[in-house]
Amino acid sequence: MPKIKIPKNAPSLDMTPMVDLAFLLVTFFMLTAKFRNMEPVEAEPPSATSEIQLPEKVMLVTVDKEGRVFFDISGKKIREYTLDHIRQRYPSMQLTQTQIDNFINMGTFGQSIANLPRYLSADNDVKEQMDKQTKGIPVDSLDNQLSAWILDGYQGFLDDANELGLTEDDLKDKKNGLSYAIKADAETEYAKVKKVVDTFRDNRIYQFNMVTNLKGTDAPDAKVNGDQQ
Amino acid sequence: MAEIVEGGGGGGGKHGKKTAKKGSARIDMTPMVDLAFLLLTFFVLAATLSKPKAMEIIYPKEAEKKDEKTLLNKDLATTILLGEKEDEVYYYKGFFKPDSTVLELTNFSKDGIRKMLLERNRTIIAAVNDLKTKFNNKEMSKEEYQEKFGEITGSDDAPFVIVKTIPTTKYKNVINAVDELEICNVRKRAIQDMAESEAIAVRQRTAELGL
Repeated sequence: MPKIKIPKNAPSLDMTPMVDLAFLLVTFFMLTAKFRNMEPVEAEPPSATSEIQLPEKVMLVTVDKEGRVFFDISGKKIREYTLDHIRQRYPSMQLTQTQIDNFINMGTFGQSIANLPRYLSADNDVKEQMDKQTKGIPVDSLDNQLSAWILDGYQGFLDDANELGLTEDDLKDKKNGLSYAIKADAETEYAKVKKVVDTFRDNRIYQFNMVTNLKGTDAPDAKVNGDQQ
Repeated sequence: MAEIVEGGGGGGGKHGKKTAKKGSARIDMTPMVDLAFLLLTFFVLAATLSKPKAMEIIYPKEAEKKDEKTLLNKDLATTILLGEKEDEVYYYKGFFKPDSTVLELTNFSKDGIRKMLLERNRTIIAAVNDLKTKFNNKEMSKEEYQEKFGEITGSDDAPFVIVKTIPTTKYKNVINAVDELEICNVRKRAIQDMAESEAIAVRQRTAELGL
């Protein structure tokens, strides 16, 4: 038997394919990642076993721990049209083109109509300050501005759908329709959430997606809840 | 690929003497790979964790609210009362009678409210499980399944659960309760405000139990 040859150098492994793959994946995830807009409000939703995904086209109302109400609607075009309707409704609110652009690119906000112009032209520090101090969008019966946002948000959505050439039948399909979501902090008092729900109901909207965190279930019949609508 | 082949000339020596190097220089790629995987891990986790889920809740129209009670069969009705405290859930079966109704105390654990609901909804759950097996064996289409599912859970003799809240009930509890109903296939359900008499009964019961 010949002697076993011990290699002098450390064995080297060609890592190139692995690195290639790793970078490919990194690139993929980086490009597909959608960065969330900075949220002015912290609301940690409760956990539930529901596995329904939050729809893409959605009007989202956030309620934080103190019951402050924030509004958001997805889609830049929809936001633009929504703001058009709001400006018609509140002619006293004067906005410059920059402020309108800022609104279109913004995410959730919780300012009253009176404070909105100032908020839209504020820099980040001032915005943060205003987010802290705001009482949210008014939902009391005297001046229910959330109701205005809901109505005009829906109008904005319809304008956008018209432009895309969708018919009424198309809109009945869940994929094209506008969904309504409420994201409330787990510790919020239910009465505060109910106020928002009732505002929606006044506008004849009855079906909601309550935003939740996914949790596992220890149910003996866990298989029972696998049905998605 | 990982190696850099030295150019033929090589670097000049100290005295301008040409020194041709044999073999090739290797670059240690480990830190780069580390970084790549770190980023990869981050993006994978961030991408999957940030997807929000939602739970569908349908609230009744204002007008329907009134005739709800008359439609209900007494034996099928269960009412869950959510008070202020997180893990204290009261319920009663049938209709509320201030002097005779006894509130049962339970909680959101596995043996708590779910056990009661599973028991109460037994026939429906059995039917749904049957349906599910058929669906999983591909004996019916998804549409057909959903239609049947709606039929079973919405049938006239399916139990009905009303979740009642007071203004200071935590939102978490309401979602918890609805989630339990969802798990137990109770589709006939409603969320309502607690009547004053019920709120009093809850307070009395809490005192009785010494909580």
